[in-house]
Amino acid sequence: MQLNGARILLECLKEQGVDTIFGYPGGTILNVYDELYKMGDEIHHVLTAHEQGACHAADGYARSTGRVGVCFATSGPGATNLVTGIATAYLDSSPIVAITCNVSTGLIGKDSFQEVDITGVTMPITKCNFLVRSVNNLADTVREAFAIARSGRPGPVLIDIAKDVTAQMGEYTPMARKNHGKSGHLGALMQRYDFKPPEPDGDDIRLLADMLRQSEKPFIICGGGVVRSRAHEIFSAFAHRVDAPVALTVMGAGALSGTDPLVTGMIGMHGSQASNIAVDECDLLLAIGCRFSDRVALKTDTFAQHAKIVQIDIDRSEINKNVQTDHHIVGDAGRVLELLMELVPEMHHDAWKAEVFSHPRETIYDEHPGCLTPGQILGAIVSAAPKDSIVSTDVGQHQMWAIQHFHFDYPGQLLTSGGFGTMGFGLGAAIGAQTAFPNKRVLHITGDGSFRMNCNELSTVQYYGLPIITVIFDNRTLGMVRQWQTLIYGGRFSQTTLDRAPDFVRLAEAYGLNGFRASSLEEFETVFQQALASPRGSVIDCLIDIDEKVRPMVGGGSHITDFMLN
Amino acid sequence: MNPTNRHTLAVLVDNESGVLSRVARLFSGKGYNIESLAVGTTDNPAISRITIEVIADDQQLNLLCNQLRKLICVHSVKALKPEHAIRRELMLIKVSSGDSVQRNEIIQIANIFRASIIDVSKASITLAVIGDETKTEAIQNLLTEFGILELVRTGMVALERGQYTIDEQTKMKGEFDYGKNVLRETFFE
Repeated sequence: MQLNGARILLECLKEQGVDTIFGYPGGTILNVYDELYKMGDEIHHVLTAHEQGACHAADGYARSTGRVGVCFATSGPGATNLVTGIATAYLDSSPIVAITCNVSTGLIGKDSFQEVDITGVTMPITKCNFLVRSVNNLADTVREAFAIARSGRPGPVLIDIAKDVTAQMGEYTPMARKNHGKSGHLGALMQRYDFKPPEPDGDDIRLLADMLRQSEKPFIICGGGVVRSRAHEIFSAFAHRVDAPVALTVMGAGALSGTDPLVTGMIGMHGSQASNIAVDECDLLLAIGCRFSDRVALKTDTFAQHAKIVQIDIDRSEINKNVQTDHHIVGDAGRVLELLMELVPEMHHDAWKAEVFSHPRETIYDEHPGCLTPGQILGAIVSAAPKDSIVSTDVGQHQMWAIQHFHFDYPGQLLTSGGFGTMGFGLGAAIGAQTAFPNKRVLHITGDGSFRMNCNELSTVQYYGLPIITVIFDNRTLGMVRQWQTLIYGGRFSQTTLDRAPDFVRLAEAYGLNGFRASSLEEFETVFQQALASPRGSVIDCLIDIDEKVRPMVGGGSHITDFMLN
Repeated sequence: MNPTNRHTLAVLVDNESGVLSRVARLFSGKGYNIESLAVGTTDNPAISRITIEVIADDQQLNLLCNQLRKLICVHSVKALKPEHAIRRELMLIKVSSGDSVQRNEIIQIANIFRASIIDVSKASITLAVIGDETKTEAIQNLLTEFGILELVRTGMVALERGQYTIDEQTKMKGEFDYGKNVLRETFFE
């Protein structure tokens, strides 16, 4: 049937099962918004305060559901406002499709109003991107974009559509998703040998099974790959079969329940002593879906120095990128573990576990009388909030505290910017998750520095009636940077003190939300109950000491057991 | 320049706009300089072949190949070992030739190097030389004293010796398919 480009785009989104879009309209994307208007309630559009918020929301939606998140933006500044959000998704392998409209084909390249070469800008931070110059390629491109975003190692894809393409009439043939791989450019890709998924090599699996059998001190690092492939069930079965302690990276949170007796906690710069000492002493390190980032493998040449290192990753380019491995298997975490389970017998490593767990897996923070501490706040949240609450964070001290205190039970429960470290990610991500799961409790844990970056999204929280609870760890400083300045820069607090407006309680009230302040545990417990009971979103400003620190800490580039703070 | 660290990469890509910039920016983004670059279509007009020379150690080369293979527009990547590769580039060199003595000397040099003379004027002579860098550099050095007016190289192109081709199946080639985009048939359901 003949439809205009804008309608074809929306029909293609429906083919993908997209029911929610986060976005912000503008001049060049008007045709698309006009068709969206005509479609009524078929697709729920969430209008954010800023395109960056829309992109983080699409990302939060994708991370929490495992489906592809979609965001819309107009050309020029609308498109460039997505950039931080796209990079955040790229570094954490989150599947989003960002759709921007550019100026009309005749105006491209003429420095037209609100024109930017967004495909050029986003080349390094997308799996692939497209500029659509003809309505005849539109449906094909959208289908390919979704397939690429969610397949293999997931990631963001951007489609830039010239404005006149959205108005042109073109032939649209509805196609069920199962047939997408049989037509068009995507069909051609499917025919290419390099797109056919090979099975993990049988000899590689057997070799790993032998290595596991010979190991007396096996240790597992579970990364974001297990979360992305939703391989948590088989991972849990495997870890217990091998009876090896498991460290969870920030991105791996939820792959194995945080309360599981095998879990040693986080690993790396703020890793637990149990994790960091275990990786230093193990004789076999099995890293699954983990890319050995510089926040995990702080000093690559002494990392797991007594161990044979085995890496399992879906992305061939991650093998030997940061840490030289002794053996590797390229494949989907779930599939590799499935094959491995057939060859690995029930094992017992009681002596090794006893050794590992003789070191603390959790940090016990000091309590200061008469002062609200991060540990108190998080303890109160964990005991009062539903166990399946989704937690989004921003970046900094509060992020590490939150990950240390929450024991995540399932993949997609923690939404955090691990790789890119994007301050301001949390509120957008929380909006995405709350939109996807209206009946779940969504908690946004943030700091005063991060919150100030994208707090404009409180208007989105208010307008859509999202009962998100934002908890601000308000130390009136950029806490993590101050921690470094304290420990490494001789206490010279250059430009990190944030003793300034706004009053977060009044800010929340100005947005029509509940604003609370807590400066003691009793106050916090009371207001948190009020926030839980309220149908409206809430902001709780928690006043904590300016010199609270994240412990343990190992300096960047240091050996993993050289704790600067215990 | 350590010649053992200079590697030749052959890359098959879609013959589409934007593909060269995707490939080239990957090198700069990862911190490598492209020493030589040549692009042209293959026997299949939909596919172009890019030959890139880059200075990197073996591990860095491996990482670069793997990163290249992740690009959707890239079909195949092969690092050609110097001992198994035939490498050639075309150099055009315009030399000033003030008098007939000079011109004769230049023609003699051209004959020795099997360079062809493609243009002659009263004051200049233009040669085309095909070879690897040892040959092109040697003739360039000899011609310097006459005064080089202009010089251009196409960049190195290379093929593997013997019956092997860039599409030869290896275990590593099989592995990188995973890292790209595993478009399973079942995925669309």
